[in-house]
Amino acid sequence: MKNFEYLQPKSIAEAAGYLKAGNGTSIPYSGGTDALVMMKDNLISPKKVVNLKSIPGLNSIDYIRGEGLKIGALVTISDLAEHPVVKDKFKILSEAAESIASPQLRNVGTVGGNLCQRPRCAYFREDFDCLRKGGNACYAFDGENKLHCIIGGSLCYIVHPSDLATALLVLNTKISIASGEKINEIPIADFFVLPDEDFTRENILQSGEIVTSIFIPDLPEGTKSSYIKFRERAVWDFAVVSVGAVIQTSGSEIVSGRIAFGGVAPIPWTESVVNSKLINRTIDAHIADEIAESILSNADSLEMNGYKIPLAKNLTKRILTQLLM
Amino acid sequence: MSEETKSNKFSRRKFVKGIGSSIAGGYILSPAIAKAAKKISKEAKDFSEGKVPLSLKVNESVINVMIEPRTTLAELLRDELKLTGTKVVCNHGECGGCTVLLNNKAVYSCHLLALDAAGKDVTTIEGLSSNGKLHKIQQAFVDEDGLQCGFCTPGQVMAAAALLYKYSKPDKQQIMKEMSGNLCRCAAYPNIIKSVLSAVEKSNG
Repeated sequence: MKNFEYLQPKSIAEAAGYLKAGNGTSIPYSGGTDALVMMKDNLISPKKVVNLKSIPGLNSIDYIRGEGLKIGALVTISDLAEHPVVKDKFKILSEAAESIASPQLRNVGTVGGNLCQRPRCAYFREDFDCLRKGGNACYAFDGENKLHCIIGGSLCYIVHPSDLATALLVLNTKISIASGEKINEIPIADFFVLPDEDFTRENILQSGEIVTSIFIPDLPEGTKSSYIKFRERAVWDFAVVSVGAVIQTSGSEIVSGRIAFGGVAPIPWTESVVNSKLINRTIDAHIADEIAESILSNADSLEMNGYKIPLAKNLTKRILTQLLM
Repeated sequence: MSEETKSNKFSRRKFVKGIGSSIAGGYILSPAIAKAAKKISKEAKDFSEGKVPLSLKVNESVINVMIEPRTTLAELLRDELKLTGTKVVCNHGECGGCTVLLNNKAVYSCHLLALDAAGKDVTTIEGLSSNGKLHKIQQAFVDEDGLQCGFCTPGQVMAAAALLYKYSKPDKQQIMKEMSGNLCRCAAYPNIIKSVLSAVEKSNG
């Protein structure tokens, strides 16, 4: 790891100034659990590392009943997972947070950092001059692509590694981004970028822009939620496929519901055609099968990752059965 | 360690450490020359550019040092403060060998910038025992044979210590979850869990 200057801004504006002035040689740094890997492996060698943790006011969780949950970008994954309101009302979020990495990494990694982490594609992480790193080929396309995307890929076939992103997409989260003097709040669905828009980035953040907080609208009474993550080993691992669901029921009726998937696409993935089937629907014995059959209908797997389609369908059945039966 | 080796003030650990510094000094065997060389290299380091001041507490002692920002907490502990009980194994936050406590929470010291520990309390395996008496977790690992080769043990013990800060009476599930970030290549897991359970029972007994 090359040495760098460690800057300690006291405000968002000061941090943004450092990042902009760096002209691509400065990086924002919070928990650093991903950035440090990339620096140790010389994937990036920033001249200046801008420590966002020195900015006050970005590490609280505030809940207002009937309005929602505001989570600062510097809240650690473990503080999120263990927060009583999150555990009680936003189970999908505490389950997703608990499934991340390991206890030690959850104590350090942050919510903002988790959303902005870089992909785990082995070709991206190793010594391959791949498209996403400015090269001219995706080595996964006809290489070792067991863990790559089955939908949404073109030119580059990463999957988005964030568990929180999948859960937050289901929860209709808004992300606040400090940009210059302004703070813009955008739906999380607009935050992530598919490779056919720009294969060098995973999100819309421009140099000097910083995620400051997220906001989750409160869930109505009678809402249940869950997150199921399938992975090859129980700790550290990223989702092979994950599924998150939020469903509001009234008696034997589903009022509304949303499902999203991780590990299947370069962005957290949800399908309006599937979610529309979860509006005003009577709960019956066929519902889990029916919904599962309708997901990922445009999936186009690569040589080694076709198994992700039945896996996603089965996880969908499991989560619906768990929430409805 | 037997009583005899203790009284001789000689141990395998000190021998290995001695060999280590001789090699680092370029196979210089004369202690006087080695000492001089060490001093020179230390001074040369202090004059190098890009160092910044860091103040933190390690095992309840205030430490003030000048370090390069890229220094990890593990490097600070081992290379500068000579607290070599903390083991660096994968150096990527993927094994748990380097686990220490930062404000009583478990962190991977290999995967944390030392500067991120500024103003905080770090506890290493050296800081767990007090007045020559082992910490209850350490004693339990001895009593229950919670190790084979012992290399992951400092990290395991620190993860268990963090667990006891979090739960006063953790059950087996909580122990397995909170210690899941520590690998043991000897797979001594059953006895590691037994050790922690035994420490919990004793402290609640």
